[in-house]
Amino acid sequence: MIRASSLAAWNSCERALDTLFGGALNPLRHLGALAFLFFLLLAISGVYLYAVFDTSVEGAWRSIDDLSRDQWWLGGLLRSLHRYAADAFVLVMLLHLAREWLHGHYRGFRRYSWLTGVPLLLFAFVGAIGGFWLKWDRLGQFSAIATAEMLDWLPIFSAAFTRNFLGNEAVSDRLFSLFVFVHIGVSLLLLFLAWFHVQRISHAEMLPSRPLALGATVALLTLALLSPVMSQAPADLSVAPGELAIDWLLLFIHPVMYATSPGWAWALSAGTLLLLFALPFATRSVRPPVARVDAANCNGCRQCFDDCPYAAITLLPHPDGKPGNEIAVVQGELCASCGICTGACPPSTPFRSVETLTPGIDMPQSPIGALRAQLEARLAAMGGDHRIVVFGCDHGARASTVEGTDVAAFSLLCTGMLPPSFVEYALRRGATGVVVTGCRENGCEFRLGNQWTGERLRGARQPRLRSRVPRERLRVAWADRGEEESLHAALRELRKLPRAVSGPIRRLQRGMR
Amino acid sequence: MSRAFSWIGQILLYAAFAAFIGVFTRWPSYQHLQPDHALVKLSLIHHGQRVGECRQLSAEELEKLPPNMRAPMSCPRERSPILVEVDIDGDTVLRQAAQPSGLSRDGVASVYQRAEVPAGVHRFDIRLRDSARTEGFDYERIEVLELRPAQILVIDFNAGKGGITLQ
Repeated sequence: MIRASSLAAWNSCERALDTLFGGALNPLRHLGALAFLFFLLLAISGVYLYAVFDTSVEGAWRSIDDLSRDQWWLGGLLRSLHRYAADAFVLVMLLHLAREWLHGHYRGFRRYSWLTGVPLLLFAFVGAIGGFWLKWDRLGQFSAIATAEMLDWLPIFSAAFTRNFLGNEAVSDRLFSLFVFVHIGVSLLLLFLAWFHVQRISHAEMLPSRPLALGATVALLTLALLSPVMSQAPADLSVAPGELAIDWLLLFIHPVMYATSPGWAWALSAGTLLLLFALPFATRSVRPPVARVDAANCNGCRQCFDDCPYAAITLLPHPDGKPGNEIAVVQGELCASCGICTGACPPSTPFRSVETLTPGIDMPQSPIGALRAQLEARLAAMGGDHRIVVFGCDHGARASTVEGTDVAAFSLLCTGMLPPSFVEYALRRGATGVVVTGCRENGCEFRLGNQWTGERLRGARQPRLRSRVPRERLRVAWADRGEEESLHAALRELRKLPRAVSGPIRRLQRGMR
Repeated sequence: MSRAFSWIGQILLYAAFAAFIGVFTRWPSYQHLQPDHALVKLSLIHHGQRVGECRQLSAEELEKLPPNMRAPMSCPRERSPILVEVDIDGDTVLRQAAQPSGLSRDGVASVYQRAEVPAGVHRFDIRLRDSARTEGFDYERIEVLELRPAQILVIDFNAGKGGITLQ
């Protein structure tokens, strides 16, 4: 209930931003890629900061403070960018997590990505908190002591970490080497784990598109220029910090601990992580049938391999034994059951003169042959001036809502399952127009379904919609649930067109009769 | 939507994103220690006394041992838990008992507690018990100190410096 209403609110925000940015540049649709961008900014600025950082008690504060005062135009700017990129990284990471949870993207074939994503939270916060210690000002002193007090609460540590900070004489240069190790080592571990996180998706968006990357980077650089990060007074372990300008996005756990207790802070941190880890196991969902390969019709063309959004298809030597022949093999546990592979499969074309249309790879619960049979039956039964076919998907705008005497609607597992030749086939079988619909741009439930479909229909990706198909008879309407008005608008446009289809398709229509 | 409106909207949203980060990286300020308060930290790592007395082995007992293990004294391995109490102006403000670390309870016992106290002159009465074989506290130190605002007073234990230390 909470999730449903939160998802509705989230979708409203996404759509509002779609109107400003468009789907391709909408930050809310590219949160993972933005996180990688901010990590890249962290790495670039971090390399410079590490080069000038003095890992000694005397030099740590001075080396960083000098950057902001004597070299504000480079070192100071990079230092501020480093901090703000860390804040932005954590922010988009939390939003990414929230979005995937709201969409229920933590179960089934997505479980692996979820389980490898949750620990990134821990690594991000540990790495970020470690960065505050390095500059060794009052805030770094506060954070280091608060972390030590939290660690000391655990019974496994017999030696008190806090004793490292009892007085100025207790702090040695070696401690800063440890701080560097924590900050950089944990960040590298985070990067390593992030690599695992994207292993089970193909065509992973590692960086956002150039305008979005530029916008985000310029925003942070502007912030760094207008509000540069400055060190607070140098750390002094004989004096307790009083009022602190604290980075709430990264250091919130310290005030939480002092407001409650170290035990509560651990309970909150570990409890949240455990809850997130347990989420995929708490709900049980029925696994839909996965894609099935037909050896007789699979010629190992690799198009399903290229288009699968979840890297669920591999190619092995074909059982026919002919040298060089390959066959697609579906790894069931990785398969999303989206059918995008069927849409990519050349033998899915409905023009094949076989009684039962069997492609090289198909979805058992929604065979492409059944779609052809239903399409033929519906077109044959339709009368009137207009006969419009709507191909939609089970996740976007409901195609069934526009079903009528002059409209035949078909809902696929994903729009990416539609072989583009079905558009031409429908027109040659008497349709006066075709509407293809699916989730909003960059909002496909299966990541790439509407992107691949759009490219196939434009002739930019195999299998292509042939150029002789009159494009005025085709409308593409990317729309989410509840946005069925977009389909009605597309239908209104098609109904305004003359009934007769002109050009090569008309001649072919005659031939098929 | 006009292109100009879209551009303005995008710029405003990027600005809002940057402003959100800019604001919450420094506001609201956090009051870690109240003004006109000092911080007392009780932090010590100390081996408690052995739970039992050491005993001189008899010649017969030594004879039964391998030659390389014939130590004349036999001492129990386990250490006593420690108990520390700090009274400030007659009130017990800090009190912690700690068990020795290790599976055989032969390691050090660690104590860490902190308390905020108003700055000014205070009477400290610090007591430590580290032996299960005797009654009462084994160490005690009474001091009257003036604490400045934000000052950190560390109460520690160092046997080489006479026991309870203040720094």
